[in-house]
Amino acid sequence: MATTDYILRPVPQVIAHEVVKPRETKRWVDWVTTTDHKKIGIMYMVLTFVFFCLGGIEALMMRMQLSVPNNTLVTSEHYNMLLTLHGTTMIFLFVVPVMAGFANYFVPLMIGARDMAFPRLNALSFWLLLFGGIVFYITLFFHPPEAGWWSYPPLSEALYSPSGGQDAWIFLIHITGISSLVGAINFYATIVNMRAPGMSWGRLPLFVWSILVYAVLLIIALPVVAAAVTMLLTDRHFGTHFFDPTANGSPVLWQHLFWFFGHPEVYIMILPGFGMISEIIPVFSRKPIFGYKAIAASTVVIAFLALLVWGHHLFASPIPVVVLGFFMLSSFLIGVPTGVKIFNWIATLWRGSLVMTTALYFAVGFIALFVIGGITGIFLAVFPVDWQLNDTYFVVAHFHYVLVGGAVFTVFAGIYYWFPKISGRLLNEKVGKLSFWLMFIGFNATFLPQHSLGLSGMPRRIYTYAPGLGWSTYNLISTIGSFILGVGVLVTILNVARSAKHGKVAGPDPWKGNTLEWYTSSPPPANNFDTIPRVRSVEPMRDIRRQIERETGVTQKTGGSEQFARV
Amino acid sequence: MALVLGAALIGSLVLAPDALANFITPKSGGSPNANAISSLYKVTLYIAAVVFVIVEGALVYSVYKFRAKKGAHAAQIHGNTRLEIGWTFAAALILVVLTVLTFVKLPSIINPPNSDADGFVSASVTEPTPPNGEKLTVCVTGRQFIWRYTYGQDCLNQAFTSKLPYSYQEMVVPEHTTVVLDIQSTDVIHSWWVPSLGGKVDAVPGYTTYTWFKVPHTGLFHGQCAQLCGTNHAAMTALVNVVTPSQYQAWLTQQKADIQTANAQVGQLRTILTASGNLGDT
Repeated sequence: MATTDYILRPVPQVIAHEVVKPRETKRWVDWVTTTDHKKIGIMYMVLTFVFFCLGGIEALMMRMQLSVPNNTLVTSEHYNMLLTLHGTTMIFLFVVPVMAGFANYFVPLMIGARDMAFPRLNALSFWLLLFGGIVFYITLFFHPPEAGWWSYPPLSEALYSPSGGQDAWIFLIHITGISSLVGAINFYATIVNMRAPGMSWGRLPLFVWSILVYAVLLIIALPVVAAAVTMLLTDRHFGTHFFDPTANGSPVLWQHLFWFFGHPEVYIMILPGFGMISEIIPVFSRKPIFGYKAIAASTVVIAFLALLVWGHHLFASPIPVVVLGFFMLSSFLIGVPTGVKIFNWIATLWRGSLVMTTALYFAVGFIALFVIGGITGIFLAVFPVDWQLNDTYFVVAHFHYVLVGGAVFTVFAGIYYWFPKISGRLLNEKVGKLSFWLMFIGFNATFLPQHSLGLSGMPRRIYTYAPGLGWSTYNLISTIGSFILGVGVLVTILNVARSAKHGKVAGPDPWKGNTLEWYTSSPPPANNFDTIPRVRSVEPMRDIRRQIERETGVTQKTGGSEQFARV
Repeated sequence: MALVLGAALIGSLVLAPDALANFITPKSGGSPNANAISSLYKVTLYIAAVVFVIVEGALVYSVYKFRAKKGAHAAQIHGNTRLEIGWTFAAALILVVLTVLTFVKLPSIINPPNSDADGFVSASVTEPTPPNGEKLTVCVTGRQFIWRYTYGQDCLNQAFTSKLPYSYQEMVVPEHTTVVLDIQSTDVIHSWWVPSLGGKVDAVPGYTTYTWFKVPHTGLFHGQCAQLCGTNHAAMTALVNVVTPSQYQAWLTQQKADIQTANAQVGQLRTILTASGNLGDT
């Protein structure tokens, strides 16, 4: 390509030429045998969305049961199965691996790498996730576990939960744990070793920062829960008594081990979402991120503190008051770097020129909801207040504001932002905004009344309740809201299904992106990049656009975003 | 479907005047510790409300004000160290205030006060104790799926040898009296919780945990096991029936007599069944 061509065509072009080879294998064989991070990433996202839908159906069944007092739609035993399936699915089979899916697809692209450091290990991660999911969901045909996703012994011991469902739950933790652990090592090795020339730690995209920290947290936390569930397994089948109080074991030991994993897990689920928001907001504000260093540093500080706050799940357990005080302080402390991130995002929006795309809707919606979840978290950290609120619907509301308002809304922001890169086509923006409003209104209708339910004394995990306790109205509103939320999710699924074939062609960089994934074509070729530009800032694509503008004198207009600007 | 739900919603709003009870504050009014928790909660709520309004206000304002318009340019700001340090410290300062408040309130939540002069008391030295040492001890034992209460001092060790009176699900206690609960479980983890009488305490097998309450007036207080304990978790309710000290004394005597009668009847039945060969060696 001559220099003149380059000047005549100011949009960054990828010089990759797809080598068309006669097809020798069937299409599905390509997918099953692939080690391409993009294909694995797509498989991750599709699989985890299937699990998301399953978990969502379980949630809707629980909400149906709770819509009116003394309901008999679901039996108490089935209700306990549903809550166990819902929690386990959403955490181990949706939020954690969906982040791995996004990271798989975009970390190599954002750092200008050809693939992950260990492509075959990467495929192993995916197939282990599928296998773990099958081991867990096969219990639907036998006896699903019913001791909750936290599975406190003695209830989860063989005496009280004799069914194989509990063992399937243990194996799910083992298998998906290995999957995540292998994946985490892979992300770490990739990010540390395979960055584009010039991409120093101070120029690493914030999403990649968050995945680096996600990987480190997984590597620290997962072995602990692996040990704990192994101890539970030997308790159940091989005569040990780690958690058996009748033989000097301690149920509280499980609580410590489980939540030493369980709380970092919360940040494992939410930090990648923070990373996505830190990418999306600057792009659509047309501004650099406010306080790059503070956001990157707060990610690291959150990860460190995340390892020191597990005790706030145990405030009602037999634990000395001084220890409760420590965990209250550490839980308060983690609010500070989290607050810093929120302030920085708002400051990034401030005095920007906001292009109101669906991705930005979801990003702003995320901030609005996450602020509520963060504030209620402060209530729960005050341990005497937690004595009233722990194990009630207040807690359910709190962590759904954090994990649905937080993780799920960021995932949806990520879908609307990155779908054009993955498929080469834009999602329909009008349908996307409809989906956003349905989800936003439905979510608040579902979970805002649950705060009041908890304050009115309704504990979690009960399959029904008597009338006249002041709970009925809140529960009914919550159930109606959950169906609105469900419809909102469905609208996006339909949007994705339709736009994959019929959406507007996106071109390589529909949003005027900042990071390197927008440097290559959409979808990217198998080798990602033919040439890798030298990275000179945290926004390499912006540098490239500016350079072209300087050299050609033509303002860079790109395919997608201008249509959303309010004129 | 939607119509039915909507009608049910409006119906329950109209028919249940207490439907919106405890909209933004926890239950309280039964016992000083529940009241102290409630007031600590309210302070947190006021602070939270201010933070909420400021942060959400800034968010909504910026989305409203800074939308892309023709000719508008985004300010290319990379950060502001002073501002960033400022809001970090502001956030930390709020939390310091909350910490201090918590520890100021804490003694009134965990330390039981003296019973009133007309309270009904006995002495014990094993559990948390009011300053003058006078209190009423009730042992609470959780098991799938009912609460059992054993009344009287040293109920942890001597429940059977002293033939202490007991009851299930409904606890009867006197007003004006500091009642200390010794909480245990015989099987899985349960959680003792009567919202109006204070926070929840887990009943963990292998451990004894404690809480207390002191009710200023007679009345009924509902509660429920708060930790998933198995299939019938939802049915594991508790009822605290607060009566006058003299009523309590009468109830205790009656309960003791009832238990003795029932025991005697079971003994007689056993003798008859054994004699007739209907009861094997078990």
